[in-house]
Amino acid sequence: MELLVSETRFDSGSRWLLLHAVAVFVFLYLPIAVLILYSFNGEGVGGFPPHHLTLDWYRTLFADGPIWDSVLNSLQVALAAMVIALTFGVPAALALERAQFPGKALFRRLVLLPLILPGIITGLSLLMLFNVMGTKLSLMTIILGHGTALISVATTEVFAGLQKLDRAQEEASLDLGANYWQTFWRITVPNLKLPIIGAALLIFTLSMDEIAVSFFLIGRDNTLPLEIWGRLRRGITPEINAVSTIIFIFSLVAIVFWYRLRMRGEAGADVAAEIVQAVEGDAT
Amino acid sequence: MTTTPQIAVTNAGDDVSRTTLLSIRNVAKRFGRNLVLRDISLEVKEGEFLTILGESGSGKTTLLRIIAGFETASAGEVWMGDARLDRQPPYRRRVNTVFQSYALFPHLTVEQNVAYGLRVAKRPEAEIAARVSEALKKVKMSAHAKSKPSKISGGQQQRIALARALVNRPQLLLLDEPLSALDANLRRQMQVELKSLQREVGISFIFVTHDQEEAMVMSDRIALLRSGELEQVATPREIYGHPATAYVAQFIGHTNLLKGEVRAGVVRCGPLMWTAALPDGAALFSLRPENIRLASEKTTAPDTVRVRGKVRQQAFHGATELIRVECGDGLVMVVRTPGSGGALDEVELEFSPADAVLVRESPERI
Repeated sequence: MELLVSETRFDSGSRWLLLHAVAVFVFLYLPIAVLILYSFNGEGVGGFPPHHLTLDWYRTLFADGPIWDSVLNSLQVALAAMVIALTFGVPAALALERAQFPGKALFRRLVLLPLILPGIITGLSLLMLFNVMGTKLSLMTIILGHGTALISVATTEVFAGLQKLDRAQEEASLDLGANYWQTFWRITVPNLKLPIIGAALLIFTLSMDEIAVSFFLIGRDNTLPLEIWGRLRRGITPEINAVSTIIFIFSLVAIVFWYRLRMRGEAGADVAAEIVQAVEGDAT
Repeated sequence: MTTTPQIAVTNAGDDVSRTTLLSIRNVAKRFGRNLVLRDISLEVKEGEFLTILGESGSGKTTLLRIIAGFETASAGEVWMGDARLDRQPPYRRRVNTVFQSYALFPHLTVEQNVAYGLRVAKRPEAEIAARVSEALKKVKMSAHAKSKPSKISGGQQQRIALARALVNRPQLLLLDEPLSALDANLRRQMQVELKSLQREVGISFIFVTHDQEEAMVMSDRIALLRSGELEQVATPREIYGHPATAYVAQFIGHTNLLKGEVRAGVVRCGPLMWTAALPDGAALFSLRPENIRLASEKTTAPDTVRVRGKVRQQAFHGATELIRVECGDGLVMVVRTPGSGGALDEVELEFSPADAVLVRESPERI
């Protein structure tokens, strides 16, 4: 009897829980669903329910030069920012994990600070710096802005990877006659491949949709988010929905790719390691 | 120069002729305020199998890491031949290590793991291939050449770690508790294999372990480390038969520690009494259980010590039996006999005074 009571109670409890979960998911994903749906709406962004499903907006989008210019700009910025953030972020992670030096605690906080610093502050301060230096605003200034702001992302990701790395492997490498440089490239980096790829994807994504910093540092060439934002002020067209849908699909693919890489990496079959090995194998 | 007991090599005939390969001179290591090694002096001969034996925390791994170059000594020197070893980076030392965790490279195949040292040394590919396949054959792992380390068993990983080190033909191989992760059977098997492999390749081995039985089975000499100091360096027979200190006597095998008093050439220890040419004063003796016999009426050898006692405990071990005998005056003796044939009550024990080995006290260290 008592069992029955507690069971029904649990049941009603779990029903509420289910409802709650559904509400959360609706709240999270309904806007995206609507956005995607309206990219196919023949009547523009107004009117419910949407009718005259069409691919016209995608056709307009593909014919739209400025949008594609901005996509290209964004890709350039994201890739360059990725390179900058990794070149500075990986050594910073190594220093934090490996080296002992005076002021290390301060260094750590300073490296990680941009992670919590509002983009407005970062953007504004960089703008003032470029002003003082007399640098003309361009894609280059955005690249520098993103690159420096995202160093902390590279550092945190790689630092976490380093902490999981077995130090004995590096000692074994030194023991077998490889110097520190050889050990770094042959042992440390291959073992850090997943964190590095993860950091790269994350930096890329963050840079692709960054608005606050870019807004301050923009020159003549727009990045995609700024282009979209600029158009929104002139009124919403489903063309924006179309481009957003495409971005959404790309992000989804990237996330799934990263997730599978990680799963396989943890299962022992290290895909990334195999890739690099194949490359190295060709080199030797 | 050193206060370490050096009973060592004297009775190991062939060791005298061998030349010294590695010489550790007054090495000390300090981690912060912690002194983990103090004044260690030790020599390793060419082709010798030396075991550094000690409990966890005795500093044995630290000593090994100093030789390999992963730690720097706070004081003292390490020499290899006539070159100063401790000033060279680990990758210049002709010393290779088999790590406790094996530390195989997970992103490389078995073959690539073994080839690693030769590859960074830029040996010609043909030579690498030949030496790697020879090394894999030597450890019976040729069939797994293309596997990843994660796909082979612990015992197999162990062999690969060994092959990866030996393929470089080091002058000295360091092994850091390499068998501790294996189960008992595999472990015994590997002990034998490792020993015969060492004889075959003729390279000096420094083997670190906390297992005294393992040390006894494999070593030419044992260096017993306690709280960062060497207690004794000697052959297994020597260290068992003539332990230098009470600690050594207790750590290696079982023993009876007898606290006695010497006066005018006579040792008194509770109800026991025998003559010995020793200076007056307190003395500590180690008497192995197997050197005590149950006395029978007939045997009355002139030079034996006899004592009567009550049996308190009898433990049957198959081939032998361990008996605890209370002999009065608070003296309890543990005796190992080949089967007593049943329950015992009152017994008479006898032993030869020559088997009571004078040992130094082992004061507690902090």
